[in-house]
Amino acid sequence: MKQDAIMDDNTPFVTADGRQIGGVMMDLRNITLRFGGVEAIKSISFNIREGEIRAIIGPNGAGKSSMLNVISGFYKPQEGEVYFRGTKRPPMKPYQVARQGVARTFQNIALFEGMSVLDNIMTGRMGHIKSNMLVQAIWAGKAQREEDESREAVERIIDFLQIQAIRKTPVGRLPYGLKKRVELARALAAEPDLLLLDEPMAGMNVEEKEDMSRFILDVNDEFGTTIALIEHDMGVVMDLSDRVVVMDYGRKIGDGTPDEVRNNQEVIDAYLGVAHD
Amino acid sequence: MLYREAGDFKTTYVADNQTFPLKLDRIGFWITMAVAWLVIPFVINDYWASSLLVPFLIYAIAAIGLNILTGYCGQVSLGTGGFMAVGAYACYKLMTSFPDVNIMIHIVLAGGITAVVGAAFGLPSLRIKGFYLAVATLAAQFFLVWLFNKVSWFYNYSASGQISAPERLVAGVAVTGPSTPAWAQYLICLFFVTLCAVIARNLTRGTIGRSWMAIRDMDIAAEIIGVNPLKAKLTAFAVSSFFVGIAGALFFAVYLGAVEVGEAFGIQKSFLVLFMIIIGGLGSIFGSFAGAAFLVLLPVALKWIGVDVMGWPTDLVAHFQLVIVGALIMFFLIKEPHGLAQLWRLAKEKLRLWPFPY
Repeated sequence: MKQDAIMDDNTPFVTADGRQIGGVMMDLRNITLRFGGVEAIKSISFNIREGEIRAIIGPNGAGKSSMLNVISGFYKPQEGEVYFRGTKRPPMKPYQVARQGVARTFQNIALFEGMSVLDNIMTGRMGHIKSNMLVQAIWAGKAQREEDESREAVERIIDFLQIQAIRKTPVGRLPYGLKKRVELARALAAEPDLLLLDEPMAGMNVEEKEDMSRFILDVNDEFGTTIALIEHDMGVVMDLSDRVVVMDYGRKIGDGTPDEVRNNQEVIDAYLGVAHD
Repeated sequence: MLYREAGDFKTTYVADNQTFPLKLDRIGFWITMAVAWLVIPFVINDYWASSLLVPFLIYAIAAIGLNILTGYCGQVSLGTGGFMAVGAYACYKLMTSFPDVNIMIHIVLAGGITAVVGAAFGLPSLRIKGFYLAVATLAAQFFLVWLFNKVSWFYNYSASGQISAPERLVAGVAVTGPSTPAWAQYLICLFFVTLCAVIARNLTRGTIGRSWMAIRDMDIAAEIIGVNPLKAKLTAFAVSSFFVGIAGALFFAVYLGAVEVGEAFGIQKSFLVLFMIIIGGLGSIFGSFAGAAFLVLLPVALKWIGVDVMGWPTDLVAHFQLVIVGALIMFFLIKEPHGLAQLWRLAKEKLRLWPFPY
């Protein structure tokens, strides 16, 4: 009964460990996504609430990344609607979704290899620059002011993620763990309301995972950013997230707090396998 | 020791975002500018202007233009010659239709017309990439040359099919036509080079430049983090063509004076400018200058060595020249695929530590 209240109700509440969770920010209703004859996502509904850390988990090929791509506007679902802040989202290009305040990182790092760390992060602020090309061409008042304001905002993020030492380094030269961090910085530079993280800890050692977990919690805490993340490390997922969606073969098989999901028989079957008779 | 950033502190982001963050670079830049503007005009002669400096400056503009499109935005173009022709013919039509308007305005307008044409031919880039786009721009090259040959309105129905630049004055001095002094030719080209380089630098270090580079490095990720690919690609085509158009206008009006389109702006011109940016360095303004200098100077230097120093016959040297230029291009691409600009960067990194590298 309590679970239903959390799932459907739009009223803010406080979690067991005292975290403030707001109303529904993004509501996905009956999303179905097909690639030719393959149904990658089969009529899935779930929501993301203001200020929470929402995890999407599931075995490989469950459709988690496709789900994230639907949210960020890269895939257009054949059926279903996306509601953002209470209004139905019209068909949009990915960059328009980004400018609505949805930023993301990628499973396989998608940084701009030919650019410096600083330029990569500055690219994240694309939506905040208003001056037109002519003004930029002569580097006049407004262009310069916006550039410097952006730089200041970016420097705050650089401080926050402790990557001061590499700000002028070309991204191609960085080790994997730092690239992941720069990618997070680029997403944060957009000052998003909703941050999507696609396997932020894939391929990291324990120490790097701990660092990254701390950054995710701090982002959520200090900037109040809502976070939806895909992750395979169950320990991390259960510790970080407020609510978890479990997917398997494109279906939703569980949704709730980490404890509820952990004890859900269908989830256990999906992860451990079940005897077919 | 000689070249270092130690002690060169920045206290504001404005200072850190300068074109030349290091004081030493700034001094070097201003010395270069002083020599180019205040010394060379007084010592220049016809030979230096017509065989070295004027073509170098004009090709530098074209190379900056192509570098914006190919080096910064990653869209390969083989249509540079065609777009230079658009600039040249636009300039010619403007010069003959509005003889009272200053030639400087005509040249800028010619650039603007080329920008529109370039953006139109850039539309396929929204759907196709890489080699396929290169072929599409090749089509632009052939179409434009054909158009300027076929439609006699473009060359004012002249019997030869050529266009030739009438004499035009800037501040009382002829800058086009046969009686143009060498220093005036040089100065008008230098003016446009400076203008284009400053604009290109400002655009590439700011937001629009980052959106180009983002599209170049990973277009899908760029779109997802908020870059409008339509806008980024079309502005790259437009800005690039603007510069290429100015280069074409100068090439016709100031440098050659009379032009036959297939000869002056054929496919070989497209390849020449492409070689310049590859040898100079993709995605670098300095590289555009270096590549232009390399490909303009090299034949002249080889000819001087062959004919004047070694005393070989001229035709033999001319053939050797082709072989040597070709071999050098291959050598360069193998040894340093990122071009002269990268060599310069490496040299600067070494100089920072020299003579105590540890």
